[in-house]
Amino acid sequence: MRPQNEAELAQILVEAQLPVEIIGGGTRAIGDVVAGATPLYTDGFAGIELYEPGALTLVAGAGSLLSDINDQLAVEKQRLPFEAPDYAAVLGREGRSTLGGVVACNAAGPRRVQAGACRDSMIGVRFVDGAGTIVKNGGRVMKNVTGLDLVKLMAGSHGTLGVLTQVAFKLLPVPEASRTLFFDGQDPATAVSLMAAALGSPYEVTAASFRPQSGTVLRVEGFDAAVKYRASALAKHLKFYGQAQISENSLSVWADIRDLKPFVGQTGDLWRVSVKPSDAAGILAKAAPLDYMLDWGGGLLWLLLPENTDLRLLLGTFEGHATLFRGKGGGAPSFQPQSPAIITLTQGLRAKFDPKAILNKGRMG
Amino acid sequence: MEMPKANQMIIDAKPSIVAGLAQLLPKDAVLHYLNDTRPYECDALAAYACQPLAVVLPRTTEQVAAVLRFCHAHAIPVVPRGAGTSLAGGSLPTADSVVLSVARMVDVLETDYPNRFIRVQTGRTNVSVTAAVEDEGFFYAPDPSSQLACAIAGNIAMNSGGAHCLKYGVTTNNLLGVTLVQMDGTIIQIGGAYMDSGGLDLLGLICGSEGQLGIVTEATLRILPKPEGARPVLIGFDANEVAGACVSDIIKAGILPVAIEFMDRPCIVATEDFAKAGYPDCEALLIVEVEGSDNEIDLQLALIKEIAMRHNPVAFRESKSAEESQKIWLGRKSAFGAMGNIADYMCLDGTIPVSALPLVLRRIGELSQHYGLGVANVFHAGDGNMHPLILYNANKPGDLELCEAFGNDILRLCVEVGGCLTGEHGVGVEKRDLMTVQFAPADLEAQLNVKDVFDPKWLLNAAKVFPLDVSASRRATSV
Ligand SMILES: Cc1cc2nc3c(=O)[nH]c(=O)nc-3n(C[C@H](O)[C@H](O)[C@H](O)COP(=O)(O)OP(=O)(O)OC[C@H]3O[C@@H](n4cnc5c(N)ncnc54)[C@H](O)[C@@H]3O)c2cc1C
Ligand SMILES: Cc1cc2nc3c(=O)[nH]c(=O)nc-3n(C[C@H](O)[C@H](O)[C@H](O)COP(=O)(O)OP(=O)(O)OC[C@H]3O[C@@H](n4cnc5c(N)ncnc54)[C@H](O)[C@@H]3O)c2cc1C
Repeated sequence: MRPQNEAELAQILVEAQLPVEIIGGGTRAIGDVVAGATPLYTDGFAGIELYEPGALTLVAGAGSLLSDINDQLAVEKQRLPFEAPDYAAVLGREGRSTLGGVVACNAAGPRRVQAGACRDSMIGVRFVDGAGTIVKNGGRVMKNVTGLDLVKLMAGSHGTLGVLTQVAFKLLPVPEASRTLFFDGQDPATAVSLMAAALGSPYEVTAASFRPQSGTVLRVEGFDAAVKYRASALAKHLKFYGQAQISENSLSVWADIRDLKPFVGQTGDLWRVSVKPSDAAGILAKAAPLDYMLDWGGGLLWLLLPENTDLRLLLGTFEGHATLFRGKGGGAPSFQPQSPAIITLTQGLRAKFDPKAILNKGRMG
Repeated sequence: MEMPKANQMIIDAKPSIVAGLAQLLPKDAVLHYLNDTRPYECDALAAYACQPLAVVLPRTTEQVAAVLRFCHAHAIPVVPRGAGTSLAGGSLPTADSVVLSVARMVDVLETDYPNRFIRVQTGRTNVSVTAAVEDEGFFYAPDPSSQLACAIAGNIAMNSGGAHCLKYGVTTNNLLGVTLVQMDGTIIQIGGAYMDSGGLDLLGLICGSEGQLGIVTEATLRILPKPEGARPVLIGFDANEVAGACVSDIIKAGILPVAIEFMDRPCIVATEDFAKAGYPDCEALLIVEVEGSDNEIDLQLALIKEIAMRHNPVAFRESKSAEESQKIWLGRKSAFGAMGNIADYMCLDGTIPVSALPLVLRRIGELSQHYGLGVANVFHAGDGNMHPLILYNANKPGDLELCEAFGNDILRLCVEVGGCLTGEHGVGVEKRDLMTVQFAPADLEAQLNVKDVFDPKWLLNAAKVFPLDVSASRRATSV
């Protein structure tokens, strides 16, 4: 099915009785949808509806390709704040991400520590729910507290509450310059405390990541003279952790971290764990991964485990959550099971927005 | 403004309800004599007031749960309350309601600097959250002007903003987790001291839900390192349009100020008379503040100057010291006080796309003539959040109604140009009946459905946010 406008989409969903799988770019859906679901493509909803560089706002169709949007914004030296990754390579998929897919997964790259995730920049949404009702929420202005915030609810709902047709974002200017600081030779606990010291400094660190092979990397962004100053002030602030190498040209370093390049071509299950940064070292000790990377100052762990390993069994109960990102995970569900009260609320919301239980049925538990 | 008729059966049962509540809470935590409950009869939208049945002041999440379980079992409406500074009537009671105030829940539960968060009970005031961490060089970013008084509870319920939200976002962008007590007494942890929670974004749904979905008793908040410094410039223009164009150019140039504030002539004149800040005599004035080290500030201000000069400003003042900064901010910070000195005023809170600024200001001027009421505009220009202050005389019969009609026209105008009814104060009772201007029936129905899931009996802060006729059939289930 390939609806070309909201009315067609609404009609499809009013009539649908059997499960439907929403496909954006089809690059990286995770978590299974029941077998036999009819694919529903969103490419009929492509294109920019409104772009006002002077107001830092964009409204676009949910089927728009992320790469097209990025190109258009680059012309005005602006960008989506949350550094959306491209996981096609690490997941071994073809296809190109759409805005709707990015929103449905609440995407976020290394800049999360400073600029938040997709949900933090999202200011408006239009969608068609499972009963075929067209709904809008939020709008095109940055500050808006009118009514309940369904914009946030739709971000990260993995297509279980509605088919997104249009999304609105606030944007940020692309900074004139960036600097990257490299520190080598830390164990993970030291790296996390280094990153904490960096992120707790006034020098506006916009990313902090660690790999055992390459050490800790930090990023500052802004006007050239400012980042020059901040990079050296930061290096001085962190001299306890060793001498930093400062690089002016490291866009590819961050693209690789963002897109999980180190795990491309490595076999094994890939898990994504979100915790309090100071818990990261403990998680690593329990998981004993084949390879790993820390992002978000240690708040995000990417763990490569032997094929078919259920990480949750290794970790036991812990504060945070683990998602199976790639692989079979020993049959573990992709999404971390939630507490009974949250399951009740989630089921209640899904029943309201998708009363026939047809949207991405099976995904998100 | 109309409120639904109170349920007489509940009012008649007051003695047994009070006795029941008294069994759940410490002795001094249940107020029911009129003299004791009077302070709770309204919030900062003082035009509307109503004595509640009783007020409870629990100290723990468990006590909150016990009260809600009791009220749920007996179908008693509950109105959550923080510090009562809502400008939208969000914490206005009904005569058959129990006001649940978290004002005694003020503890700091945990501070964690390496992981950059603080966990507090939500009765704690906004400013005292920053006070708890500033010795270590941190702060809590959302800073509403009411921050001395307002509580984190109300900030979360209203998704409050502040002077610095252009750079740091509003409450929802700085909230990591909450403890929520549902109307049936179920206690839930949502989110925590980590960034992603998996599952649906219930945290995002609860923030800004105006006490419709549950009572928030504890919150995990993100704290940030304090910047090295901050300094403003003041720029005067001879036309609103030009000031608007300058804002847009600053933003396009890639500068991200922490604040861009706008004042129009009536506001400048009034604050000058009141605060004598020495503002220039002009049509429109911008205050732009940037942060960083001294050098970084100089650099950004130089860029701003270059941009401003292209628009032929009538005045350009750059602060070089803390004293000069204070002087630049003085007029803006006394704007509300200055207007209050002239007349009674009503403060609106619509948001518009920044590009619509000249049109909207012109139309507001025309409406002002039409209604014969003065209006002054202060404005968070970076994000389009307007605060028109309509002047009226509360003692003159009919003036309040005239002012309300004028206010409604301005809010309709905000929606018409692509904006919204409220940018940070919330809907409450004040903008409740205008919701159909912004939302189609299906849009509202989707929101009502969410409330159904969290509060199926519609006992929590019902009769707010949604137009009465829209929520009527659902509220009927609670009677
Ligand atoms: C558990 C999980 C965690 C992830 N974490 C991150 C992360 O932290 N950062 C990150 O950047 N990316 C993350 N991703 C992946 C990635 O962001 C997205 O999968 C990608 O952006 C999707 O783009 P796509 O167009 O190829 O979508 P698809 O692969 O086609 O779809 C992705 C998901 O979105 C749904 N979807 C697509 N379009 C719509 C629409 N218009 N309306 C409603 N639903 C729609 C699909 O049904 C599917 O569930 C994660 C994915 C999963 C499953
Ligand atoms: C002079 C002045 C200046 C202001 N400036 C700003 C500003 O700059 N920016 C801004 O955004 N706002 C501003 N406000 C508005 C107001 O201060 C905010 O809305 C504030 O967040 C309200 O907090 P409170 O604790 O006083 O909440 P209350 O007034 O007590 O309640 C507000 C709402 O929250 C609900 N609520 C309260 N506690 C809970 C709880 N525990 N769980 C669930 N729901 C709850 C109430 O039911 C009500 O709907 C200003 C107000 C005044 C009077």
